[in-house]
Amino acid sequence: MTTTLDQIPVGNSARIAHVQGDDGVSVRLMEMGLIDGVPVKVVGAAPFGGPREYLIRGFRLSLRSTEASRVAVSPL
Amino acid sequence: MSAPSSLRATAAPPLTVALIGNPNTGKSTLFSALSGIQTRIGNYPGCTVEKKIGRLQIGDRAIRLVDLPGTYSLSPRSPDEMVSVDVLLGRMPDVGRPNVIVCIADASNLERNLYLFTQLRELSIPLVLVLNMWDIAQRNGVVIDVAALEKRLGVKVVTCEAQRKRGLPQIKDAILAASTTTAAPPPELLPEPVRRQEQTITEWLTAVRAPHPHYLVERAILDAGGEAERRLIELAPDGLATRLANARRQLTDAGHRLAAIESLARYGWIHQQLDGLVTHAATGRESATDRIDRVVTHWFTGTLIFIGVMLSIFLSIYPLAQVLMGFIEGKQEQLVGFAESLMAPGMLRSLLVDGLINGVGSVLVFIPQIAILFLFIGVLEDCGYLARAAYLIDKFMTKLGLSGRSFVPLMSSFACAIPGIMGARVIENRRDRFTTILIAPLMSCSARLPVYLLMIYVFVPSAYLLGWIPLQGLTLFLMYILGAVVSVPIAWILKKTVLPGETPPFVMELPEYKWPSAWIVVQRVLSQVWRFLEEAGTLIFVTTILVWAAGYFPGDHTESNALAAQIEQLSSVAEPDKAQVTLLQDQKNVMDAKLLEGSLLGRAGKWIEPVVRPLGWDWRIGMASIASFPAREVIIATLGTIFSLGGGSDENSDTLRSALASATWPDGRPLFTVATAVSVMVFFALCAQCGATLMVIRRETGQWRWPIFTFTYMTLLAYVAAWIAYNVVSRLAG
Repeated sequence: MTTTLDQIPVGNSARIAHVQGDDGVSVRLMEMGLIDGVPVKVVGAAPFGGPREYLIRGFRLSLRSTEASRVAVSPL
Repeated sequence: MSAPSSLRATAAPPLTVALIGNPNTGKSTLFSALSGIQTRIGNYPGCTVEKKIGRLQIGDRAIRLVDLPGTYSLSPRSPDEMVSVDVLLGRMPDVGRPNVIVCIADASNLERNLYLFTQLRELSIPLVLVLNMWDIAQRNGVVIDVAALEKRLGVKVVTCEAQRKRGLPQIKDAILAASTTTAAPPPELLPEPVRRQEQTITEWLTAVRAPHPHYLVERAILDAGGEAERRLIELAPDGLATRLANARRQLTDAGHRLAAIESLARYGWIHQQLDGLVTHAATGRESATDRIDRVVTHWFTGTLIFIGVMLSIFLSIYPLAQVLMGFIEGKQEQLVGFAESLMAPGMLRSLLVDGLINGVGSVLVFIPQIAILFLFIGVLEDCGYLARAAYLIDKFMTKLGLSGRSFVPLMSSFACAIPGIMGARVIENRRDRFTTILIAPLMSCSARLPVYLLMIYVFVPSAYLLGWIPLQGLTLFLMYILGAVVSVPIAWILKKTVLPGETPPFVMELPEYKWPSAWIVVQRVLSQVWRFLEEAGTLIFVTTILVWAAGYFPGDHTESNALAAQIEQLSSVAEPDKAQVTLLQDQKNVMDAKLLEGSLLGRAGKWIEPVVRPLGWDWRIGMASIASFPAREVIIATLGTIFSLGGGSDENSDTLRSALASATWPDGRPLFTVATAVSVMVFFALCAQCGATLMVIRRETGQWRWPIFTFTYMTLLAYVAAWIAYNVVSRLAG
């Protein structure tokens, strides 16, 4: 079952399937290591529906939901 | 290196060493630790990237250390990102091709940091890999087999703790050693079809006599719409665009996804290389950063901390700066007193006191605000909180069309736009950064406050609206937020017109927390102050002198000078005749007002009177506004002079207040009404009356068109808004 990263609740983890899109934003996400098979954990969320904090490859990344929704994942 | 130069080592040419790495790897710390204070800061031509070159000596070899901006990859998508590629390929004039590249990586985060490293490997320049923050990695339970890593990567690997200056000698040795080697051939890690396409196009370019390095051609193929593609198509003969498109189509036909080819290949290779060499031992406890973040980025406690931090910065900048500014002004007065005791009143003394000393003072007076703000920003950034602040406030800022990164620069602009604009460098995205810079001068800075206070206390009745809202306080509040409120639609319009583009992403790393390093923060403050003095100082100084000249010439100051000499003579005795001094002073003030009226400035005021009439102003207010274009606070002293009160008036002066209240039009109507006062305040709230701000905008954007644009849009906006305010308030009050 696949969904997108913005749908994973805080505290849960998922495995990245792929990053959708071919523009600079998607390429940037892939360059930062969001590629196939890498596990991601949702660490927290900023107030009022702001960006969320993700733990990936040992570093913390802040993404808005528009960016996180490009990342197809399967929940773990 | 030829034999004679190695015999006479001191004569060896300096080595150029490029320092590059991911953001948050401690790159700036390492740069400062290596080069100390011997740093030259400038801008690369035509862009906003800071050119930072340090000098150091390793043994008897001179080194030029080029600090390149922190980046996750070497895939340029904008002219600013192209700078690093140009420097590394030796295509940047007066930098020279680097002899060695030092790639700095966060030891806790090797996988992601090596992505950039694999790209650097392709440039055929000897590399040194520095694993920084080694102590934190060990504390986090990361174990790296450095010797084996060196062997697999084929480069020298050095561990380092830049903040504690540990590992520096090893880095220096490695740089020297690397400079005498040739780069190992890069690993062929991109899929074979990509390399073949790149080879074909590179050969074609050479054949048509437009040779370009392999790396640039590779970028042109892989980064569709990127800067390398744009640049190559511009430089190469016709036919390149078609060839690039062909190459991409063939890759797609072969089953590759163009956007993902590179990251998959590079991370695949990195994974292989690190296999078995890096282990993450479970430490069995949360890291310090995790524990801090549970409170600091929590939606409730995090928001409270955010408000607390920002409020204390905001509330302390002004009082802290006041103390230092008071000190500077005190010194200035001493200097003026000293000059006046030496020289008789006259043109030269006026030039020295009102022109030169005042000019230097008007530059120095900005330094406290700049220094204090960058002290705060430096601490917040170095400890890791600045990124969290941007994260917490991002949602709010997106509603205004900006990102969380714009918050601190805009908040600082309420104290002074100059440090705010300089602080906008933390905004990675060019479009967001420029929008922030262009709206920052709208925030109500502390120099506007005296104008508001003067106008409000004289002309706004101290009544209560609806019985409980103090009208004066309400007006002050409205003036304070006017600029910020107007900036929202302005930002929106700017983004639709002069700064078009997509909504930039907010992909931001939240670095590990650490104790801020005092010398990094101090260095940052000093370099910002220096940058301001160097770029803006001269021009502010020159403008002050020009305004002085415009208010002094033409005119015969003999009588006024004679009076001044007489007053000084009278005041210097033990028991001066106060009545006589006041009498003479009043005479002199009337005379000075006449002189100002006849000066270039006064004539300009009369000349523009038709233009400012619709705002409810006469030529005196018009002239005072012209005089305050270089610095808005000048209006008070200018009004003081023209209303025959002398130039020493401030906003609390009762005589100035009553002079304004009793000023009339030639036909006897009162000059100032509530409507006129409001229109003056609105004009000052929105107008770009600050030469220093415009100079700093030029410095930060690298082009003259942006300060000119800011000046034009703000002046028009101020004029229209003041006109509307005058008419609306006239109706309401009349």
